[in-house]
Amino acid sequence: MSKDSSPAPAGEGKKDSADASDRQGGNKGHKSPGKGTDTTTAATAASSVGITDAVIEANPLRDPRDKRLPRVAGPCVLVLFGVTGDLARKKLLPAIYDLANRGLLPPGFSLVGFARRDWKDQDFAQLTHDAVKEHARTPFREEVWKQLSEGIFFCRGEFTDDGAFDALAMMLKEIDQTRGTGGNYGFYLSVPPKFFPVVVQQLKRTDLADGPDDAWRRVVIEKPFGHDLKSAQELNAITSAVFPESSVFRIDHYLGKETVQNILALRFANNLFEPIWNRGYVDHVQITMAEDIGIGGRAGYYDGIGAARDVIQNHLIQLLALVGMEDPTSFGADSLRREKEKVLKALRLPADLSLATARGRYGPGWQGGEPVIGYTEEEGIPPDSITETYAAVKVEIANRRWAGVPFYLRTGKRLGRRVTEVAVVFQRAPHLPFSKDDTEILGQNALVIRVQPDEGITVRFGSKVPGTAMEVRDVSMDFAYGESFMESSPEAYERLLLDVLIGDPPLFPHQREVELSWKILDPIEEFWSSQGPPEEYPAGTWGPASADEMMARDGRVWRRL
Amino acid sequence: MTSFMLSGTTASKISSQLTHLRHQMGTPAVGMVLTLVVVCGESEQYDAVRAATEAAREHPSRILVVISRDANEPNRLDAEIRFGESTPGEVILLRLYGELTRHADSVVSPLLLTDTPVVAWWPGECPDVPSKDPIGMLAQRRIIDARSANDTVKAIVGRARGYVPGDTDLAWTRLTTWRSLLAAAFDQPVGKVKRGSVEAVPGHASALLLAAWLSDRLGASVKVSDSEGPGLTAVKLSAADGDIVITRADGHLATLSRPGQPDRRVALTRRPTSELLAEELRRLDPDEVYEAAIQRLAKTGRS
Repeated sequence: MSKDSSPAPAGEGKKDSADASDRQGGNKGHKSPGKGTDTTTAATAASSVGITDAVIEANPLRDPRDKRLPRVAGPCVLVLFGVTGDLARKKLLPAIYDLANRGLLPPGFSLVGFARRDWKDQDFAQLTHDAVKEHARTPFREEVWKQLSEGIFFCRGEFTDDGAFDALAMMLKEIDQTRGTGGNYGFYLSVPPKFFPVVVQQLKRTDLADGPDDAWRRVVIEKPFGHDLKSAQELNAITSAVFPESSVFRIDHYLGKETVQNILALRFANNLFEPIWNRGYVDHVQITMAEDIGIGGRAGYYDGIGAARDVIQNHLIQLLALVGMEDPTSFGADSLRREKEKVLKALRLPADLSLATARGRYGPGWQGGEPVIGYTEEEGIPPDSITETYAAVKVEIANRRWAGVPFYLRTGKRLGRRVTEVAVVFQRAPHLPFSKDDTEILGQNALVIRVQPDEGITVRFGSKVPGTAMEVRDVSMDFAYGESFMESSPEAYERLLLDVLIGDPPLFPHQREVELSWKILDPIEEFWSSQGPPEEYPAGTWGPASADEMMARDGRVWRRL
Repeated sequence: MTSFMLSGTTASKISSQLTHLRHQMGTPAVGMVLTLVVVCGESEQYDAVRAATEAAREHPSRILVVISRDANEPNRLDAEIRFGESTPGEVILLRLYGELTRHADSVVSPLLLTDTPVVAWWPGECPDVPSKDPIGMLAQRRIIDARSANDTVKAIVGRARGYVPGDTDLAWTRLTTWRSLLAAAFDQPVGKVKRGSVEAVPGHASALLLAAWLSDRLGASVKVSDSEGPGLTAVKLSAADGDIVITRADGHLATLSRPGQPDRRVALTRRPTSELLAEELRRLDPDEVYEAAIQRLAKTGRS
């Protein structure tokens, strides 16, 4: 499997999966004492119902009041396709170790690597060992490694090789015997989408996709989920022909981030923000994901895809959904996805796309003190490429809460620095009882959810400048909880992998959400494809002039990040 | 890290010094989420502060360390303020002399962060009824450590008598990994448990609590028997379908045996105090399962 390097090292994906009804036991939820009072992690707590009623009732040692006991996955095997890719080495294998280190993997948990290399179990174990040593967030502990390494296996073969998959099926059966994994398998396809059909068909042919009634089979896929609506549907047809939607987990690693889940806590556990979270008070919303890196070695993937498909379609639209949605009746997968879908269905593009979108690509320039080359000079990029590395889009949500409030989404590579944030910018005070000079430099209030790298929340408001004169200017107040201090805090992939193994789907986008976001993006891509090459912007700056003009037409400016 | 000493001071001087230092460092905003009051002796101070500052990386806190010195000296309050690189919050060591040793609350209460939770922790000796202690009364959560008691059974039984919601014990926190593994072993049915035993070094507080929890949840008698250690070494439960056994001989790697399944090894390391403390600070609501376990132990321990 030489080709299966990680599909998308930088922009990673989106995920989502099953309906609530098909998680192992349903989610009636044990609302007994105290569940509702946990405000700081309302979202986390609510989604932590993976160990189901039936299991708890049958297990005398589990008690819903016993909040110390972590959610631990049941006995299972994770089969990893694409073990030699960047994503596996930098994120997945370390995350598996970290889960083991935190005691969240079941006894007997086994990991099977599948690749073309002529390897033995111990070679794959060595690769895992090195990846863990280099990238794991928790300290390396010999006893944890021992536990993990006993369950590491390797299966050699090509995706087209029936024999290899027969061997895999046998191997899994044997692991069930020797490790007590009970026929529960997760298949992680960390391979480019073009290999999905053959891998999925092989899983079907060998009966691996369909387990006995008392065991589960799940498949995890990474973005990109197609490059437009049609291809997304085709891709889905391939997986859904073999796996039910409830067994398909689409990874959008952004949704595993603590701050992103905190959006739900912030909005729905407080009474302070929700009353002003609407068109009556909000002027507009800016959602930004800026990267300082170029395309690196991803030319083959990136060219023809571009910034909008790579980032806006998944990460930014998911963030928009969380910020814009109505309150879900619960944090179960069903209710959460229903609200996200509603807001995605209400998305509208402005009539004239030439005035409401902007795109650009980086030219040569200076980025953070280093000279860097332009996009078309990158290796593997054709000189006549019209792929954008910067995209800005204005959308509106056609519902009572948000009518007339624009949501500006922007993303780009080789921008000034790496930052992802959601900024809710409020209207100016209706009346200022100060003289005009006193408030000359007063901007608009803003509530900013910082997603990365410095996770937290910032509130921007006007404050009096100390002194005898009454002069008001903007100040920022920052809040950061654990995440930003703790190097060993859980990584997004840890959370998501655990959710897959437990079968807890709220943080994974449903196929319907994927399709809805393509419906928004497709007309834009179509329009852009007729516009020739994108406008160039010097690397290390904040995008093309047309993006600033787009805001200026609305009388607004991008936040300076 | 900045360290600042104040001798013969008062709470209000400490407070203004704190404000002053914060302004000087240019970080006037306070992002701390709770106040942790550590009550300990001089000899325990170093380890306790270390653990508390580690835990503060997960829960940014103001850490007040109350150290009682010689009660026969004239009344005096010495303070040592530390903040800066090593911790996201602040550490204030308070050394109390003379009669002041009996009025520590008068120093602590003006230094608590406004309107955020207060947690009290006694890493060593603790009052008989923590919730009646002047410092304990300031706190929503009171953490003690039965391990440090001479007679652990008596200590825990005493705890049960004076229990109020919010009391908790690091000897109980140490068990979370064991309990989690045991609970996972019961996720697949094993039938009714008839009897069981917990093996540990003599007088091991956590072993007593584990046995009490198991017998409470399983409705079976679970004995504690002595072993060479280190710490907890085994849990054996005889169920209708066979035996569930967890053994841990070296304090690091355990073996889990279940009927009908191969033996499996599981990492089960004894956790450092900082991790235990961080777990305590994660949940500030009453721990009813702990209460049930100590009440159970009180019932059987007395008889």
